[in-house]
Amino acid sequence: MISETSLEKLEILAGAAKYDVSCASSGTQRSNTKGGIGNASAWGICHSFAEDGRCISLLKIMLSNFCIYDCAYCINRKSNDIPRTSFTPEEIANLTIEFYRRNYIEGLFLSSGVLRNPDYTMERMVTVAKLLRTEHKYNGYIHLKAIPGASEQLIADAGRWADRLSVNIEIPTENNLKILAPDKDFKSVLEPMKIISNNITESKEERKKHRGAPLFSPSGQSTQLIIGATNDTDHTILKLSSALYSKRDLKRVYYSGYIPVNSYDSRLPALNTPPLRREHRLYQADWLLRFYGFKANEIVNAENPNLDLELDPKVTWALRNPHLFPVDINKADPLMLLRIPGIGTHSVQLILLARKHTRLNSSHLQKMGVLMKRARFFITCNELRSQNVQELKPEIVRQLLLEKKAIGTDGAVQLKLFNPVMLALR
Amino acid sequence: MNVFAYDNTFEGLLTLVFESYQRKHFPDEILSGEGSQPVLFASTNTIETDERKAERVWNGIVKHSSEENAHRIYRVFLADMPDTPMLVLKYIRLIIDSNKNEETNFSEPVVVEFNKLHQKVCKEAHRINGFVRFQKTVEGSYYASFAPIYDVLPLCIPHFRDRFADQQWIIYDLKRNYGFWYDLKNVSRVVFDDLKVNPQNGQLHSSLLADDEKLFQQLWRQYYHSICIQERKNDKVHRQLLPQRFWKYLPEKGFLSL
Repeated sequence: MISETSLEKLEILAGAAKYDVSCASSGTQRSNTKGGIGNASAWGICHSFAEDGRCISLLKIMLSNFCIYDCAYCINRKSNDIPRTSFTPEEIANLTIEFYRRNYIEGLFLSSGVLRNPDYTMERMVTVAKLLRTEHKYNGYIHLKAIPGASEQLIADAGRWADRLSVNIEIPTENNLKILAPDKDFKSVLEPMKIISNNITESKEERKKHRGAPLFSPSGQSTQLIIGATNDTDHTILKLSSALYSKRDLKRVYYSGYIPVNSYDSRLPALNTPPLRREHRLYQADWLLRFYGFKANEIVNAENPNLDLELDPKVTWALRNPHLFPVDINKADPLMLLRIPGIGTHSVQLILLARKHTRLNSSHLQKMGVLMKRARFFITCNELRSQNVQELKPEIVRQLLLEKKAIGTDGAVQLKLFNPVMLALR
Repeated sequence: MNVFAYDNTFEGLLTLVFESYQRKHFPDEILSGEGSQPVLFASTNTIETDERKAERVWNGIVKHSSEENAHRIYRVFLADMPDTPMLVLKYIRLIIDSNKNEETNFSEPVVVEFNKLHQKVCKEAHRINGFVRFQKTVEGSYYASFAPIYDVLPLCIPHFRDRFADQQWIIYDLKRNYGFWYDLKNVSRVVFDDLKVNPQNGQLHSSLLADDEKLFQQLWRQYYHSICIQERKNDKVHRQLLPQRFWKYLPEKGFLSL
């Protein structure tokens, strides 16, 4: 069934799926079953890395790149004259198993263009997952795209077989979505999210009562937003992400810097390069939301609607709030430690453990992996010879952080003579 | 100068720790196995591995710190670098000589060094879990080989055993010339003298490969290239995450040896 002709199909259908950035395979811990193949590792495993630096952990592929929709930002829109093809559900299941047995992949991430209608498409995708779980006794990871407009029953079926479901919002505001994707509206995207979210909650409740109750998308749901295809601000984007995390309990929101795949369409901006820096800053801000206890409006707000491209969002926040610093490393509570620029979650854990033994100084911190050239403006500890953000003023610290080369690793500020910052310091 | 030699096993190193305490003097240098050079003008104390003595040291570590810490020491031992035994000895002494649990004292340089190495060993094991590439053989079993920088194979086996429970497999360490074989029931340690493997890329001789093996390697290579977004190419990050030393064993990299 898999033969030489599959090579060309694979080229087309993997190429069509590559703009979906999600590749997580984590979140489910499942052992193999007797006589079966595969398990799911809670931490996720990367099996390779593409030349664009992205992790390859799943066979990320489309069942078909035929599509009845004509969304401006999508390479597979129906008005594009590109090679089109489809795999059968059996072919996808076989390819997944053969790749999996050779340890090429952690599992399958299946998406599809919309064939005939949403239900028809969703049903074929569910068939793949069902084939893998039943015929092949496969216990590895499966991520299915929920097709907007598919029936509640089909989405419920999908959640029974898959580890994760996702619906891509793509465009962060309804108005812009209507302009770029006339066949879609916010409701058609948010409705399946709500169904998934309700099913997940229900399944969790059931499993509290009896352990044998079926799982539903145990690794949760995720979505993707395209960055830079519209004029939406980072404030709009992060408010949306924050609401999705708290109200719909999403596991991840992915941000995908817009790549002009349909440069002829005048509704889209002309970009020479994808906005990778902005995308990176959004991921950093997203991390602050999920792991560092930040609220969206602390990171961006009406006065500062966009992230600073030159400095990471935690530094920017700290420079806007100098009155909260310096923080005493040996006394501060964990939540405040997390807010210090240059200190990550891992360092916070080490600091909390180590300070029970001894009063920490700057060389201890450096050895633990704290980024001292950033942190030193925002902390006090034993033996630290450095001026803090209050003494230096935020504007100066900002300049110092931007001038990486002017900063020594020993914690001392070594400025070139006649440097404007140097003059300002006098 | 005080030189101790042991048999390069974990039990052997723990026995060495026991003997050091009993003799009340500690080695300036530790020689492991046959590979090491004898030191001139020094008398060598050869340690005889004793499982009971090793177990007493293990229990001592658990008592003074935690069971997890004892397992951590085993993983650091697997780093298999020339100065690893001395680091392990220093770390165990710190743990045992203190009345408090020192394993979280990150202001102590030995603790920091130990944990850094621990992290590196775990990272290598995690990478091997991902980068192992099985080749299907004519008999339908699966073979993989590679050369990890640390001796991490023992750490990876439970994962492969659970995941690939319904297929026979061999994973072989070409650098240390040993591997593990799973026969659908048990995993056993194996050493091959006449392995028909190309040491340059870990590939089995083509006469041993299943008919469709080359096709799937080709499909995987195709997939690997199709999934990359050309506009986002980032060579620096790519090489950081997928170090070149792995490339020669990977079909998607065309077994590129550099």
